[in-house]
Amino acid sequence: MKKLLTLLAGAAGVLVAAAALVAWLNLRDEVDVDAPVAALAASDSLLARGAYLARGGNCAACHTERGGAAYAGGRGIATPFGTVFSSNLTPDEKTGIGRWTPAHFWRAMHNGRSKDGRLLYPAFPYPNYTQVTREDSDALFAYLGSLPAVERAATPHALRFPYDSQAALAVWRALYFKPGVYEPDPQRSAEWNRGAYLVRGLGHCAACHSARNALGASSEALDLAGGLIPMQNWYAPSLSSPLEAGVGDWDRQHIVDLLKTGVSPRASATGPMAEVVLRSTQYLSETDLGAMAQFLKELAPPAPVAAPAAPAAPAAMLTRGAKLYEQHCAQCHGEQGRGVPRAYPALAGNRAVTMPETANLVQIVLNGGYAPATAGNPRPFGMPPFVLELSDSDIAAVLTHIRQSWGNQAGVVTPLEVNRMRAASVR
Amino acid sequence: MADDAGMPLTLSTLFSQPQLRQLAALALAAAGLASAAMAAAPFEDSIAQRTLACTACHGAQGRAGPDGYYPRLAGKPAAYLYSQLLNFRDGRRHYGLMTQLVEPLSDAYLMEIARYFSALDLPYPPPAAATASASALQRGRQLVLQGDADRRVPACVSCHGQAMTGVLPAVPGLLGLPRDYLNAQLGAWKTGQRRAHAPDCMKQVVDRLSLDDLNAVAGWLAAQPLPASSQPAAAGPVPAPGAITLSCAGVAKVGP
Repeated sequence: MKKLLTLLAGAAGVLVAAAALVAWLNLRDEVDVDAPVAALAASDSLLARGAYLARGGNCAACHTERGGAAYAGGRGIATPFGTVFSSNLTPDEKTGIGRWTPAHFWRAMHNGRSKDGRLLYPAFPYPNYTQVTREDSDALFAYLGSLPAVERAATPHALRFPYDSQAALAVWRALYFKPGVYEPDPQRSAEWNRGAYLVRGLGHCAACHSARNALGASSEALDLAGGLIPMQNWYAPSLSSPLEAGVGDWDRQHIVDLLKTGVSPRASATGPMAEVVLRSTQYLSETDLGAMAQFLKELAPPAPVAAPAAPAAPAAMLTRGAKLYEQHCAQCHGEQGRGVPRAYPALAGNRAVTMPETANLVQIVLNGGYAPATAGNPRPFGMPPFVLELSDSDIAAVLTHIRQSWGNQAGVVTPLEVNRMRAASVR
Repeated sequence: MADDAGMPLTLSTLFSQPQLRQLAALALAAAGLASAAMAAAPFEDSIAQRTLACTACHGAQGRAGPDGYYPRLAGKPAAYLYSQLLNFRDGRRHYGLMTQLVEPLSDAYLMEIARYFSALDLPYPPPAAATASASALQRGRQLVLQGDADRRVPACVSCHGQAMTGVLPAVPGLLGLPRDYLNAQLGAWKTGQRRAHAPDCMKQVVDRLSLDDLNAVAGWLAAQPLPASSQPAAAGPVPAPGAITLSCAGVAKVGP
């Protein structure tokens, strides 16, 4: 009996200690929201800076419901743990952030904690935003405060147990979140540092371009080595690998063009990246885009791995694929897969075609899509959807043909891969 | 969707055998024309080239898809087409494929696309033969031309034009659309799947009609030939004194 009591007391002690540790880890670098701060003078330049930063962070994309008022929240963000609904960032006193102070906003950005002290779900990418400076946070807050107030009550999150509890979130944060500011690297240029600050912080590129573990945390928040975007079935390619979307050998201007206009001689943006260019990067200055380009160019490539040679596809599949290509693809992409500059991407030597992960290829053939209509490319060309016209095995055959023609040497696409994507597409 | 869609089976329930053969011949001819055009056309820096993503489903030059679900675009009022593109983008109409396609496009570009299809003046195919019962056709005709005063339903022609070819700038024509498409749209209004900006007059009309009535309207409309001039009317008919009027935000002047 005594032994059991000791054991229970011991267990209780361990639990209390663990809870204390989790609590302490959640309070690291906590912002004191009651500290007196000199009120910011809301100047035009401050508001303009805030508006620019809000574009850079693409805040409106998540914080605006489809067809709803800008920044009034309510958009559902599907995650493997349920749906998180974005909050109202307009200055409405009842349902928005009208009663927040700049310190409350800074604490949300830096610590992922709401005005009332609740922990925020990392669908709001504060693991990235924690690197944003106080100055930029204040400018963002001033801009949001200048928006028309919209009354729109929060939609409650629809998360499964145990992910819907603050305790689970506290444990997650203890494991995977640490507040931090951007530490400039004195070994690198000011430009590189500016680019790193934008890519890692407000730009939150890693939110898509890094793999996530089973609990939805980026395995290494800053590695940008590519990842499947949860629930969307698009693959955000590696920004460091020369086999995927690494830009180490690109002309700097081509990287800027891609982010500014959605098209470039080396690649074009479709799917989720088209939306990023449309709503965010096209509005960034050439200087900031140049800095991001410089940072991305200097990302260390992963150690090369000797990829096993892709198994050749069955001859019948290739014959069928070639015939389908002739019928449906060659008109725009060319007999030799060379494409048309600024209109239709070349398929020969295109890394989006040859990279191992085929989700994007299947998506684009099934559902089609346009490059974003930007100021620099206002009338983009589009890819027709083939979801109604081609069967799973047709699409598998034509993609395999494309992946193994004109010098491309990538693996087979199976009908099963196409079928999974077709089933997951929402009509 | 599986490899072999069951659509032809449902067609056979809608059409008699000779009609089905005729339809199949037409579809084949259309497909042949389309693929010949595809193979022959070299790349051109044009709006037609830019909208190949649209015509893949809506038929060459937006003449309508072969299966009855992808409506004709050619010749519809530009402001109507434009507001539908916005409706898909902004969640008032629901079709994932459309939403995804228009999502990255600007208002100005969507308007250019709408104007392009609107300006195409192409002949219409003859209507499909009516399959509804005589009484249903009679009811459909009555609702379209006279409405139903008891239910406070105005005649379709009071807004969509006496010739049913639409009214500029934003009211679409009702002819040259397959029965399946008309039924799907009226049904979608009934369930709230399809919406226009509030106040949404079509929603009010549809709510006042039974499913049988909606089906009767669709059946009669789909069987009517286009008049010699298929252009939308420049102005709507003048309402008779005491006519039922509705307010429609969806047809207010729209532009990017």
